[in-house]
Amino acid sequence: MAAQKLPIAKAINESLRKALETDPKVLVMGEDVGKLGGVFRVTDGLQKDFGEDRVIDTPLAESGIVGTAIGLALRGYRPVVEIQFDGFVFPAYDQIVTQLAKMHARALGKVKMPVVIRIPYGGGIGAVEHHSESPEALFAHVAGLKVISPSTSADAYWMMQQAIQSDDPVIFFEPKRRYWDKGEVDTDAIPGPLHAARTVRPGSDLTLVAYGPMVKVCLEAAAAAQEEGKSVEVIDLRSMSPIDFDTVQSSVERTGRLVVVHEAPVFYGSGAEIAARITERCFYHLEAPVLRVGGYHSPYPPARVEEEYLPGLDRVLDAVDRSLAY
Amino acid sequence: MTVESTAARKSRNSGAGTKRATAKKAPEKTPAKKAAAKSTARKAAQHDAPPHDAPQHDPELVQLLTPEGKRVEHPEFSIDLTPDELRGLYRDMVMARRFDAEAVTLQRQGELGLWPSLLGQEAAQIGSGRALRDDDYIFPTYREHGVAWCRGVPPENLLGMFRGVNNGGWDPNSNNFHLYTIVIGSQALHATGYAMGVAKDGADSAVIAYFGDGASSQGDVAESFTFSAVYNAPVVFFCQNNQWAISEPTEKQTRVPLYQRARGYGFPGVRVDGNDVLACLAVTRAALERARSGEGPMLVEAFTYRMGAHTTSDDPTKYRRDEERAAWEAKDPIQRLRTYMESEKIADAGFFAALDEEKEALGRRVREAVRSMTDPDPMSIFENVYADGSALVDEERAQFAAYQASFADSPAAGEVK
Repeated sequence: MAAQKLPIAKAINESLRKALETDPKVLVMGEDVGKLGGVFRVTDGLQKDFGEDRVIDTPLAESGIVGTAIGLALRGYRPVVEIQFDGFVFPAYDQIVTQLAKMHARALGKVKMPVVIRIPYGGGIGAVEHHSESPEALFAHVAGLKVISPSTSADAYWMMQQAIQSDDPVIFFEPKRRYWDKGEVDTDAIPGPLHAARTVRPGSDLTLVAYGPMVKVCLEAAAAAQEEGKSVEVIDLRSMSPIDFDTVQSSVERTGRLVVVHEAPVFYGSGAEIAARITERCFYHLEAPVLRVGGYHSPYPPARVEEEYLPGLDRVLDAVDRSLAY
Repeated sequence: MTVESTAARKSRNSGAGTKRATAKKAPEKTPAKKAAAKSTARKAAQHDAPPHDAPQHDPELVQLLTPEGKRVEHPEFSIDLTPDELRGLYRDMVMARRFDAEAVTLQRQGELGLWPSLLGQEAAQIGSGRALRDDDYIFPTYREHGVAWCRGVPPENLLGMFRGVNNGGWDPNSNNFHLYTIVIGSQALHATGYAMGVAKDGADSAVIAYFGDGASSQGDVAESFTFSAVYNAPVVFFCQNNQWAISEPTEKQTRVPLYQRARGYGFPGVRVDGNDVLACLAVTRAALERARSGEGPMLVEAFTYRMGAHTTSDDPTKYRRDEERAAWEAKDPIQRLRTYMESEKIADAGFFAALDEEKEALGRRVREAVRSMTDPDPMSIFENVYADGSALVDEERAQFAAYQASFADSPAAGEVK
């Protein structure tokens, strides 16, 4: 296939297809993933090509989906399960946190849990409630889980490949509002490490850290800041657990200023962890306190006001200005 | 085809039948129910008595050995065992009980933090455990010490988590016996998924999920019924209804006998005398055979009694009467088999004396094994968190090691003075 321009949704689809082709133990499971191809069409055409035994339409029971995936993994399979929307994951939360995350340790390493849980997440699509949430911190807080989110088509393809190859459970957050953003995917490339952050725009005055859907917003903010003569570096974190603090640290040691941006509520969000760790690592380099831009401590708001809740260009620039004002 | 599997098939096709034990609540005679009642469906799947009915007076309860130790026949489930096999079942139950008693003692002596006793449930566990083939896979709760015994899991393995030296700690694949699961009912889904995998592999192994009456209320158990039925997974749901979920009687979990739940999911359910090792063996064999032959799941409700406390931290005098326990003591699973074996001259005094010695040796071995268990190295906290490793865990491990090392050169606190 080599290099081609694909939307993120299609890149994930191609990645799943590749995994199904190359490893007979890979299964795709979830609600409506078969004939319909998923509500976002991410699994479009897979059941037609790989059959109902490998691309499995499940009953509408999230705990059942993850619980049976654990059993399948114990039997030697590598299930990739889809949770239809972010807000629907909680019936499966017990199985994920109590069983999936801990099984390897409980068996003193004798058992592996190669299960990928795909979750389309985040807002900005005008959806009804429970369809726009960003619960990544609730998973990153749990030892035994790896939590990642791509922001580009190439990452969507390769991070999915790596997640499926991982012997650990991976929570794969898909930025649903970016599903149709196109980007170059080179399927012959050699991907970098799964949990490494990437500097997507160099700069010298301030560091912006984001992941998933917020990377695009931050790149726009950096471009706007450039017009005002401010040089902003943007880091795509890619992995929320573990976090590549080294990359963030070396950036902040140069810029002296850090703003973390995510859609999830700021309170106990991943920005809090990044702020704490970077403050510890870069205390003498910091020219300003680490600032965070994100959602508020409220239920995700109705769609007509979600643009006020979500970090947009202006809110990011406001934080950039506040940081530079110190 | 065995008698058992034929019976199981029949009941699956006619699960809607109704046969009331009492006339108090007349059944609504819908045409469907009438039609089903005419069929030759197994009566066991059609009983509506309240859950606390005394098992020996229950016409729908599968029983092959009465509490008085008399062999009886059941129209659907039969068993024919050699004297050796009978002595083997007896030995298993005695050893399981002795192991359990030793663990209770070890907890009282402070060697274990907690122990969930299986006392009274030996027949349910040994009967079902001995029905399994080596290639079958078991998903236990935290009380299946008798099943573990049948699988050859070293008894001391089970004690590690209750001593606090690990959180499970054994390799499930060495005996096809999964780790104990403490959160109630979760393992029913793992069993179902595993069974889905067995079916995908084209193997004829079966899977068994253990759980209790309390777990029957959990969503995960309900979801495992749904998934296993939809995918026709080769799994047997073995519910030990021991009448009590800590302090809550079965009436707080269900308004219908538990085995009847299966009907609504489209597979058969059977209630078996859980203190009758022969009946538990016969019914579980039939259920496993059914699973192996591609006929999908089955629910076995082993009607038994938790003779001891929920765990060593529990106090049953707060919620149940002594008379209830006394009544169940008369139905003791071990005594009834002994009575039968003695009356049939299947075992002599020498057999019982030798077994007494063997069980005491087991007690000593377990005691020694527990007392010699060493505490884990603190650095093991960071082991096996991830199969592929994690930079975060590495960082914290290094911090912890440095912190530990910081004590190395200073005198120990006790030596200062």
